This record gives sequence, structure tokens and C-alpha cells, in this order.
Amino acid sequence: MAAPVRGMAGSPSIGNTTSFQKKTRSKLVSIPGTRPSVQNGQLLVSSGVSSLDYVIGGGLAVGTLLLVEEDCYDSYSRMLLKYFLAEGVVCGHELFLASARDHPDEIMQELPSPIVDDVAGMKISEGQSQPSDPENPDTMKIAWRYQNQPRVQTALASSVRFGHYYDVSKTMEPELRQAAKCHSFYQLQETPVTTGSSPLPSPYHALLKSIQTVIRKEGFDGSTPQVGSECPRLGLHSLGSVLWGDDVCCKVNPAHCHALTTFLYALRGLLRTSLSVAMVTVPSHLIQNRAIMGRIIRLSDTAIALESFRGSEKETNPLYKDYHGLLHVCQLPRLNCLSSEVPDTKDLAFKLKRKQFTIESSLRAPAPAFIFRPASQPASALSPQNTPSTHPTALRVYSYGTSPNPNEQRGVKTPPRLLTSAVSGL
Amino acid sequence: MFPELNSILNSTPDSFKSSDFILVSDRRADASFLIHHHLSFYLRAGCKVCFLGLVQSFSHYSAVGQRLGVSLAQAREKGQLVFLEGLKNSIGVILQEDTSQETQPLSYLRTPGAGLEGLFRFVESSVRQSGDGDAGESWGPPVLLIDDLSVLLSLGVSVGAILDFTLYCKATVCSELQGNMVILVRCEEEDADDDEEGSNLLQRGLVHQCNLALHVEGLPTGYCRDIHGQMEVWWRQEGETICNRRKIFHFKVHDKGASFFARGTSSAVL
Repeated sequence: MAAPVRGMAGSPSIGNTTSFQKKTRSKLVSIPGTRPSVQNGQLLVSSGVSSLDYVIGGGLAVGTLLLVEEDCYDSYSRMLLKYFLAEGVVCGHELFLASARDHPDEIMQELPSPIVDDVAGMKISEGQSQPSDPENPDTMKIAWRYQNQPRVQTALASSVRFGHYYDVSKTMEPELRQAAKCHSFYQLQETPVTTGSSPLPSPYHALLKSIQTVIRKEGFDGSTPQVGSECPRLGLHSLGSVLWGDDVCCKVNPAHCHALTTFLYALRGLLRTSLSVAMVTVPSHLIQNRAIMGRIIRLSDTAIALESFRGSEKETNPLYKDYHGLLHVCQLPRLNCLSSEVPDTKDLAFKLKRKQFTIESSLRAPAPAFIFRPASQPASALSPQNTPSTHPTALRVYSYGTSPNPNEQRGVKTPPRLLTSAVSGL
Repeated sequence: MFPELNSILNSTPDSFKSSDFILVSDRRADASFLIHHHLSFYLRAGCKVCFLGLVQSFSHYSAVGQRLGVSLAQAREKGQLVFLEGLKNSIGVILQEDTSQETQPLSYLRTPGAGLEGLFRFVESSVRQSGDGDAGESWGPPVLLIDDLSVLLSLGVSVGAILDFTLYCKATVCSELQGNMVILVRCEEEDADDDEEGSNLLQRGLVHQCNLALHVEGLPTGYCRDIHGQMEVWWRQEGETICNRRKIFHFKVHDKGASFFARGTSSAVL
């Protein structure tokens, strides 16, 4: 007599001959597009960029806040936001998009199109299992083992894969985009409400209230048990800019210096109580008060900064010719455990290709410590005595981690004095 | 509880100094692992702990506490631990929906300029409760733990108000009730714009009040995978005697603890 299937907590029935009890799996509703972390068991979602997921420890943990410090022209941070939202559409998560400059619908229309493996085109509905047709001699025979498998790949709209790739030269199909539920908050269309004695000024207060309303209405805070599209993604574009009514970007001592920090504190509290993920971009290059920027980073869980080379002197630096910019990981969270992710290297550079946003270490294999001249020069290749400044095309070689730009190494910093002495010693 | 830190500080759950004010601070690093250490230390010692968790949720601390061998949920049920859920309850107060008496401690969110009296009243009532549970268990001396006092600066509370609050707490917890206090403060860079409302000012004011200061920083020579940073222990005052001893250790944080070693003796180097 087989042992009845029951949970661990159940007591054995009287008629049972064996004391063996089959362990039933706990009723974990698996949310599409998520996976547990290998480090600490947190539930992770993909940020839309696989290499970014790898850098921040496997993905974004549900209930946390990702802060992206924008680059100068807000091109790559906006791209990251679009990847984030596109990943939400593909995984079937609900979206909440708030912006003050561009209308959220415009941002939604620019989402990149996902790359699918199925060349026959993607279907919106679930593929049906079709029996093979033995009478038709024109159909190709597949091995008998696979005959009864569903022929069509399961629809992209309910993809359970973690992390997808996107083609930035094409925008997402409108059908796919409209299949996802998107709530938007456009600051310029909101009527200003006098908030009385609230510590938060009006735009942030309205935004927080709107987020809380959406979370409550859809039941993401656990008030209604719901299966299906949990884990809403919140994308907040360019918080702290003047269009949000905040002067933290214009003045060194702003009048509302606590507005953005209070908002981020409350937002993180809201995220912890609901199964949502938020990505916030902040124009940090405009915030002059470094103390406030430090507090903003502390108040978020994961923080990365993008520094694009466009328009800066690094654009012509041969060391960086393969990349579009640098990526600094400013903070990694410690979630339910003592230790956090420790990255291998802090010198990361990114490049936006058509089908992939790659992030890799900006340092190549250790280069020899002498300077090569270009081939047109008749002199010998090894000339350590020559000063590099006389040859504008000579490659500047830096040993590991001592590049002279002190702004490149965020996080644990060496004082600028030590760096310059190390470089001159080369 | 980290055994190596216990031997450095010369204290065990069975015998530790009372009326101690320990300040844990960090600069561009994360010293929250020391808060987890002190939480498990005092719970093992059987003290009554009042924990103000202003930046993380209760489940975070209890998950880490389980790895360190203490059960926070059990301690809370028995009455040994009083936890203020600051982060999760903040949204209700900020959006002005929750005006009940329970959110009085979080009144600084409504009116940051008014000070931290509500929070102090909560602390006072928590540490003064003694043995009114059914079991009649009496706990040891009270301990106040605050995870991240500097987040109050981000919420608009002034440095003066925070220093007043810590003085009141010290007078009540340390002097009157012979208990201990452990406070975490996070600082910015030293050469930041020297505004009066900075966390550096707060940290300097608290260092002046404390008996023992643990300061966590990154390594001055740069980023290293195997050594997560350095910790400076500053023994300022032991009871009545002023000792003023400083020592620097390197540390590495693991999954279940942290190891401390003298400078230059990391296993990665040797």
C-alpha cells in the first residue's frame, strides 16, 4: 500500500504500514520572470540587461530599490529604464512609469523589441500541442521521442525565462506592449494639491500616493491573494530634476533638501511591504551637494552610476575606444544576510550594441610597463625614456587600478595625492 | 555574535560592562554587521533590548539573527525584544493616513522640526517595563540599539535635536538604569561641504558622549576582495577612568560571522 501523499506536519494515519511520508512541495507560487538567488535565497527579477544582472549579484531582489545615476545626456540611463520596462512587458509584470519631462506613453513607445528564438513569428496565445500528421508525406519526420511535444514555442507574453535580449533598432510591437498593464504618472498633467502640513512637497507626495493607490488596488501588498502578474515594476525617471519641483539640482543649499531623501525613504518602506521592484534615475551630475548625493545612495539598496564618454576627453582615449562609458557600482545591498556581493573588479565599462548592452571589465590583460611607438616611427619599439607627451598617439599604460582620474574609482577611494605619485613612478 | 570581536573588546555575554555607550560609525563603508553582532550578543546575555530599526525591516534582522544563532521572533514574543518598525510604518505617517497613537514614536516624520520627543517616550516606556509578563521573567539590564541614527538627518531632523535625544537616552538608559546603548551613525566623506547639518557634526558630537567608538572604513590603499575594510576601536572611557586607546583591525565579513585580524595578517596576504 503506497503511503498517502501528505505534508510534513501531518500525522500518520492508523492504517499506514510505513512511516514514510512524502514531502509535498510548499505552495510557492512561482512568479514568471523571477528566480531565487543562489547567495541568499532572495527572489530576483531581471533588470532587462543580463550583464547588469551579473554585476549586481544575479538580478534585482524583489522589494528593493535600484538607483541609477544618470550620465550627462541621460541617454544610457534612459536606455536602462527602457530595458527594465521592456523586461516587465515580456515577463507579464505590471508597470508603473512616472516621469516629468517626457510623457510616459512616449517612453513606452520607444521600448526595444525582444529577440525571439522562434523564426516563425511569435504568437500571442499559448501554442497548442499538435499531433504529427503521418499521412502527409511532405511533412518532415521528427524523432519519435519528440513527436508529442508542443510544436510551437510557448508564447513570449508568458515567458518564464530569466533575462531576455532586446534589439534596440526596433521598437516593441504595439500588441505586445498593450498586453501589459501600465500605470503612468505624468507630473505636468497632475493638478497640484495643497498637502497642508506634509513633510513632502506636492509632486513627491502625489507620486507616493499614486504608487500606494496602485499597489493597494492591485493587491500587491498581500491584501488580496492573487496569482499571475505579481511583482509590479516601478520606473521613476529623473527624480530630483527641476521638473519635479525640486531645487536640489540647482542650489548648493536647497530649500527642500529633505524632499527627495524623504521620498526615497518612504518609497523603500513601501517596496518592502509589497512585492515590487523600483528603478529610479537621478541626475546626480547636477546635484552639487555631495552630502545629499551620499544620503540618496545610502537610502537606496543598489546604486550604480553611468558615466558616458560622449563629449568628454575620454572619447579619444585609446584605452576606451571599444566602450561607450564607464559603469560604477556604488553600493550593493545586504539583504537578509551579513555579507553582500563583492564584485571582482570595480573598473567596469559598458557598450551599447544593437542586440546587447555589454558590461565588462575595462582593464585588459596586464600590459607590459613600457610604451610602444606607432609602426611608422623608425626608432625602436622599446623606449621607456621618452616622455609620452611628445607622441600624442602613444598608448598610455597604467598598471592595475592606478588610472590618474580619481573620479573613476568610486567606493573605496585612495586620496588623489597617492594616485599621481604612483603614475609618475611608472 | 562574533567571538573574535568579543575577545578584542574583552566582553562575553556573561560578563560585560554596564552603563556603556558604544558608538558604531562608518565612512563610505557598511558597519551594520556590528549592529547584528551587538543584537545577538545582548539577546544571548538575557538583557531587555529595545531596538529602533529605522532602515531595515524586522524580517531582515531576524534572518541574520538566525544565522548568528538567536531567534528574534521568539525574543519578541517573550517580551525580551521590543522592536520599532520604522521603515514599514513610515509610509502611513508620511501620507498622513495613520494618525493613531501607535505612530507617536514616528512623529518626527510628520513634523521634522519638532524634535524626537515621541521617539524618546517610546524608548523610555520600553526600557522601563520590567517583568510584567505572565512568566514573571526578569531580564537583565536594558539595552538600547539604534540602527542608523543618521537617517533622521535625511528626514529633516536637525543635528541638535538628535544630540538632545541621545543625551536623554544616555541619562535614562546608562546612568539611571545601568544599561547599555549601541548607536550606528553613517557619515559622508570628511572633506565634504562643511554644512552645519552634516552627519560629520553628528558623529563628532556622539563620539564625545560615548565610551567606546568603533569606526569602520574602507582600506586606505584601495579596494580589496578579501579584506572588506578596517575597523578602528577607540576605548575612550572605562567607567570612571579615561583611557584613550586606539587600535586598528582589518576584517572580513562572512555569511555567518566576521573575522578580525591585525593589519597585514589577512589570509589572502600570508
